[in-house]
Amino acid sequence: MSTLNYAAPKTVDEAVKLLAGTAGLAKLLAGGTDLLVQMRSGRVKPDLIVDTKHIPGMISIRQEGGGFKIGAATPGVMLEAHATLKAAWPGIVEGLDLIGSEQIQGRCSLVGNLCNASPAADSVPALIAARATCTIVGPSGIRIAPVESIVVGPGRTSLAKGEFITEFQLPPRPAHASDAYLRFIPRTEMDIAVVGCAVNVVLDDKGVCKDARVVLGAVAPTQVVVDAVDKALIGRTLDDAALKALDAAARGVCNPISDKRGTIEYRVKVAGVLARRAAAIAFARAKGETPVTKH
Amino acid sequence: MSKYHVTTTINGEPVEYLCETQQTLLDVLRNELHLTGSKEGCASGDCGACTVILDGKMVCSCLVLGVETEGKTVTTVEGIAQGDKLHPVQQRFLEYAALQCGFCTPGFIVATKALLDENPNPTETEIRYWLAGNLCRCTGYDKIVRAVQAAAADIRGETVA
Amino acid sequence: MNYFASDLKVVGTRPIRPDGVEKVTGRAAFGADYVMPGMLWGKVKRSPHAHAKIVKIDASKALALPGVKAVVTGADFPDIPAEEAFIGEGPVNFRDQAYNVIARGKALYEGHAVAAVAATTEAIADAAVALIDVTYEVLPFCIDVADAMKPDAPILHDDLFTAGVDPKPSKPSNISKRVAFKKGDIDAGFKDAEIIVEGRYTTQPVHQAYIEPHACVCAIGADGQVNIISSSQGQFMVRAYTAKLLGMNISNIRATPAEIGGGFGGKTIIYLEPLAVAMSKKSGRPVKMVMTREEVFRASGPTSGATIDVKLGAKKDGTIVAARAEMWYQAGAFPGSPVQPGVMCCFAMYDLPNVEAIGYDVVSNRPKVAAYRAPGAPISTYATESAMDDLARKLSMDPLSLREKNAAKNGTKTHYGPTLVNIGYLETLQAARATEHYRTKLGKHQGRGVASGFWFNIGGESSAAVHIAEDGTVVAVSGNPDIGGSRASIGMMVAEVLGVQPDLVRTIVADTASIGFTHVTGGSRVTFATGMAATQAAERVVEQLKSRAAQIWDIAVEAVEWKDGQAVPAGSNAGAFEPLSIAAIALKSGRTGGPISAEVSLNAQGAGPGFATHLCDVEVDTETGQVTILRYTAVQDVGKAIHPSYVEGQVQGGAVQGIGWALNEEYIYDKNGRMDNPGFLDYRCPVASDLPMVDAVLIEVPNPRHPFGAKGVGEVPIVPPMAAVANAIRDAIGIRLHSLPMSPPKVLDALEKGAG
Repeated sequence: MSTLNYAAPKTVDEAVKLLAGTAGLAKLLAGGTDLLVQMRSGRVKPDLIVDTKHIPGMISIRQEGGGFKIGAATPGVMLEAHATLKAAWPGIVEGLDLIGSEQIQGRCSLVGNLCNASPAADSVPALIAARATCTIVGPSGIRIAPVESIVVGPGRTSLAKGEFITEFQLPPRPAHASDAYLRFIPRTEMDIAVVGCAVNVVLDDKGVCKDARVVLGAVAPTQVVVDAVDKALIGRTLDDAALKALDAAARGVCNPISDKRGTIEYRVKVAGVLARRAAAIAFARAKGETPVTKH
Repeated sequence: MSKYHVTTTINGEPVEYLCETQQTLLDVLRNELHLTGSKEGCASGDCGACTVILDGKMVCSCLVLGVETEGKTVTTVEGIAQGDKLHPVQQRFLEYAALQCGFCTPGFIVATKALLDENPNPTETEIRYWLAGNLCRCTGYDKIVRAVQAAAADIRGETVA
Repeated sequence: MNYFASDLKVVGTRPIRPDGVEKVTGRAAFGADYVMPGMLWGKVKRSPHAHAKIVKIDASKALALPGVKAVVTGADFPDIPAEEAFIGEGPVNFRDQAYNVIARGKALYEGHAVAAVAATTEAIADAAVALIDVTYEVLPFCIDVADAMKPDAPILHDDLFTAGVDPKPSKPSNISKRVAFKKGDIDAGFKDAEIIVEGRYTTQPVHQAYIEPHACVCAIGADGQVNIISSSQGQFMVRAYTAKLLGMNISNIRATPAEIGGGFGGKTIIYLEPLAVAMSKKSGRPVKMVMTREEVFRASGPTSGATIDVKLGAKKDGTIVAARAEMWYQAGAFPGSPVQPGVMCCFAMYDLPNVEAIGYDVVSNRPKVAAYRAPGAPISTYATESAMDDLARKLSMDPLSLREKNAAKNGTKTHYGPTLVNIGYLETLQAARATEHYRTKLGKHQGRGVASGFWFNIGGESSAAVHIAEDGTVVAVSGNPDIGGSRASIGMMVAEVLGVQPDLVRTIVADTASIGFTHVTGGSRVTFATGMAATQAAERVVEQLKSRAAQIWDIAVEAVEWKDGQAVPAGSNAGAFEPLSIAAIALKSGRTGGPISAEVSLNAQGAGPGFATHLCDVEVDTETGQVTILRYTAVQDVGKAIHPSYVEGQVQGGAVQGIGWALNEEYIYDKNGRMDNPGFLDYRCPVASDLPMVDAVLIEVPNPRHPFGAKGVGEVPIVPPMAAVANAIRDAIGIRLHSLPMSPPKVLDALEKGAG
């Protein structure tokens, strides 16, 4: 009685053709940790599932040109186990690592977390803070786009019909640069972020901030970049005044909703707190110190 | 559409089965292969009762499609003991009374084996975070954590009273 | 006979449980693991509305779907009269149960079953559920107690008149009953008081959240004989409910208990079995039904949320002279909240001269509540033990000292009537004070809380049997599903009486046709009542063994003694015989009177009440409101720990469920009266990383009414934690939180406002 088809293409072209040739709803399968839950609950009723994991490169981590190229479907456990990646981009690794349980880590991927387009996605703020880009393939060829251009609203992406992401690119790291991601959840594990915050910084050798990007999750329909961060952090060390300015800047961009996971007031307050705490970790890491973290 | 034919290895044995796309690996294990040791507590990846090891990685079998398992290797709770010889994790769960109702136990056994395969000397905090995806409503986790510590010592070859 | 004063060889040790290997290897079969040949899959169509009149149910499209074999609605079930019975952990009304299992006329909560379908596959059954067309007339609804009690509240049941008030009301109401217990003169007590504390507390409904969803497989033959295999806290309960709800003879149903994946009271009632049997009858095939997690949350019983007002009055020396509590408990869609035990338990730890405790049972458009571990007591005790903490602060008294000063002792008459005997409450307070935990220093934003709790524990009707196999090994048979190690404890008591090693005793749980009637596994009654039956059965077997030995030796039975698992001559006058082992006696049993076995059915009385005192340390993140449990110690009088590991497990597990109740667990409703968090993602049970180790300190004040001194242990550990955590938070931040759960937004809000 099932009308649901499954395909596991071995090349990008094959996948693009499959997607283009489907009249009904085609869903891409990477780790499946969102898709299978949505199918089970009846929220999503696809006609075709295209398993992308057999396409070469979809599960891979490569160092290239001083940066990293991460196959879109690479599971969390592989990022976590990649020592060089973790040293260069600890915030990105911890963002993906915070999704679900260790079991979920065996499957969940950057592409799934991004394209599920939840405002609370844990791995997205750090990618945006890193100015990461992604490779998009589709019927009209290949293009590269900034990660922050992908999510346009809850459950909605800018990808055209038939397009999918194959790879993420992280830029080269200068000296004294690092990042951090923190989220707030009521328990210690297994929850969806009430607020998430990624901070990516480049310092000079005296610990003065040369560049910074702060991105919040779960406080607006999409992830938001804290634009006033220039004034709050750049040209400064992370002193009390900078922390206070950052806290205010983070609160200032929040436009959250009240729901079962948190109220507007609570989310705004915690956004400021997390921005300060994540900044402290990112600065410490950039200076080569070991920050104190709970987990 | 007809069913998909899947060839896989489960608990060291070659296994073939037919499944529809929407059937999860857990559905296949329980309803097609009658391996009912893996349990369904939530079907959303939140309880860990269906934990299996898939190509060396611990996953929730409720979040894997049966068709995805083609050519892969699966270890379920039924494959943890060697014949009638229990794995140290199983033995220590018994000795430490780390189970009450026993429903979550298969998931904990598989998850603990996966942990100790990777890290035979975990701290209490590492054990607790590794097992955070396995819900137990009976024990309060205390005796589970102690059993894991004891099994880890066994695996490291240390004697534990 | 009492054994607790004698030299015990098995009881009090920690052998591996008889069902352990099955459970660590995945072989143990739980409800959903069973199949029957040719079976169908059953699924339930549930109301999407909180309150709606069912105008019409059109199943024609579902029945037309290939593979669909049966559809049932409320019209397929007999309309049974209202009848009070005691089956689970409290009185039940069969008619309410029947209407809860499948709606008639009105759907009373979101998730209420309105129809069910059976089909050849699970997927077809799911598809058929979607094809059943139900026409509703949506009605106004009420979710919270306050709304349900408003004068213009939508009335759930036109025939519900508040009981327990004088004069009898003339108009139907959502308040099903008022209960009150009084002792002394409350007004005089408060007049006499020098210090008074009072407060209003609220709690949210929480679910038992057993990890195994409800499941059954059922078949009925053309002769009307029914077989049920299901996961429950009592196969006899399943049998009785199914028979009542379907209008059958009880003996026509054979209910076999599957292994049960947690219950905590929530499986002392049924949801699926009558539907499955009815569809089996329509289709002529067995029917299997398994709830999804979402269905478990939406349609099976949580326990009540409540509002509780507390007022305590004391002299300056700490002597409490008056205690008053008034509480309103959510019952869900049908009467039957645990408000009465809530009222009875909340002050039972104390010897108080003047008490008034009043409770109201209030229906609203929520799933019908089910028993949850010490039903009712944790809710009211959260309020009264929070007030005790306030009182200790106002008196500048150590919280343990205040409790010691007012502690109930042997001979204390409770406010609800009975006089307490053989209790160990004071001992728990003294042991709590003696812990290293109570002396450790706390840091910044850290605090320590103390709270106590009481639960009656119950006995009741139980059956158990002991059979000697041909080779002298032993089978013990229990009438209770084993949720947390009762096979072990029952087998150990039998082994102790027989004088054999526990691994020679195989303990099994029998179906309803294979052992006498036994009440549910609940109320902390199994080791007490069924353990008593098993002990007596073993004693009868010992008498038989002695009698057989007497025959073999050809001496009087009075000249035979049972010692260390062997028959021996009672003295030199009895003659000189080599001891006879059970195996030696069993070998000759055919020639000495046949098989050796005994079954005992009894109604156990004299369950000793349980008292517990918990210590909790927390740290509060004052920027986010997050509370971390740093350390937890649970002290409890257990009478006698038969298998200490499983007793500790009960204590630790209960404490952690209470921590979840305190910090994060709650039912969240949207504006349409629909549950907004029906899954383990947003219904936040504690996970391993949320917790420290939980120290269980067992105090043994034996209960002389039990052969080994046992008291029930499973329930009282969930009574103190909410107040213990709340009191610790109060200690850490200087603010009293008055509502559960004490989730981060609430704690942060209290910090900012300076009040909770």
